[in-house]
Amino acid sequence: MKFLKIFKNGLWDENPTFRIVIGMCPTLAITNAAINGLVMGLATAFVLLTTEIIISLVKKLIPENVRIPSYVLIIATMVTTVDYFLQAFLPGIASALSLFIPLIVVNCIILGRAEAFASRNSVTDSIADALGMGLGFTWALLLLSSIRELLGSGSIFGYTILGAWYPPMAIMLLPAGAFISLGILIGFMNFISRKGVK
Amino acid sequence: MEQFTHILLLFVSTVLVNNFILVRFLGICPFLGVSNQIGTAFSMGLATTFVMTLTGMASWLINTFILEKFGLQFLETVTFIIVIAALVQFVEMFIKKTSPVLYKALGIFLPLITTNCAILGLALIITSEAYSFIESVVFGFAAGVGFTLAIVLMAGLRENLEFADVPGVLKGVPITLLIAGIMALAFMGFSGLIAM
Repeated sequence: MKFLKIFKNGLWDENPTFRIVIGMCPTLAITNAAINGLVMGLATAFVLLTTEIIISLVKKLIPENVRIPSYVLIIATMVTTVDYFLQAFLPGIASALSLFIPLIVVNCIILGRAEAFASRNSVTDSIADALGMGLGFTWALLLLSSIRELLGSGSIFGYTILGAWYPPMAIMLLPAGAFISLGILIGFMNFISRKGVK
Repeated sequence: MEQFTHILLLFVSTVLVNNFILVRFLGICPFLGVSNQIGTAFSMGLATTFVMTLTGMASWLINTFILEKFGLQFLETVTFIIVIAALVQFVEMFIKKTSPVLYKALGIFLPLITTNCAILGLALIITSEAYSFIESVVFGFAAGVGFTLAIVLMAGLRENLEFADVPGVLKGVPITLLIAGIMALAFMGFSGLIAM
């Protein structure tokens, strides 16, 4: 019961992208194609899951004063693993994401959850939190990148959805389109959650 | 002379054409979080520029004399993040000792800079582009100037927005993102300026 509650928390109530608004750099930078958004989300979710498990296991061994550097080291190790994995198995996507894979290290979501959750909760709860937050981040990226790919090149995951009649809006694939579509999307999410309260 | 022109072009292209915030999407967190007032935004920009210039220097030295020499490139991410954290801590201690006035202005922003992805991004770009030492330093400084420019412009716009009647659901982050989108459009005008 508790597991599900913590899991759901990350998916909607405290969704990292739409509610807390952290981890903005990858959210804006790589969401120009749906596949990039999906891979980036899953890579971040994987790093989040492994680091939360490790940190919740060793939390009693790490002295209070050096906990942040220790967490950063654990995170950086996992990120390097993911980086090399993607370069080996998905070279095309790895080169599209380029800089933003190593930059998962400084994604505030990871250090934030490590400090706020994994360092003071049990392993099971940490797994629930990591899965919720990780998948919450993934669906947010997937939604944003699908919208941008659909409007920017008329396709999703490379499959043409809007036919030849549709003039692609190249602006959606450019930086300006990223800012504007995320702004509208967050406004829309605020609108939905406000209706739910009333 | 040719060298000088090259450095100058690198500077202009990093500040305007490949602006760290609006084109490369690095350092969005402080851009959205610390852009309420021009004063604080400027201090944040100053602190970031300072650390970025030093990072440009340090990352080149470490990459050339340690990572490449001993074939340790796979430790790149781990090394750079530790170096940046140590560097920020060192800068904080140094400023605290030498200039209490500056420390008062920049103090609270310095720890935040460690998790600013623009800094780590800078170090990683320097290694992947194989810049020379001078280029690395200029690149770091120019990236900081570009960051300051964008964040101060944004703060100026947001200060004026205080008096605007923004629809409830768009208040806060969404309207800031929309403004950033329009700013990014404006910065696209620079894109043909220099081909690098």
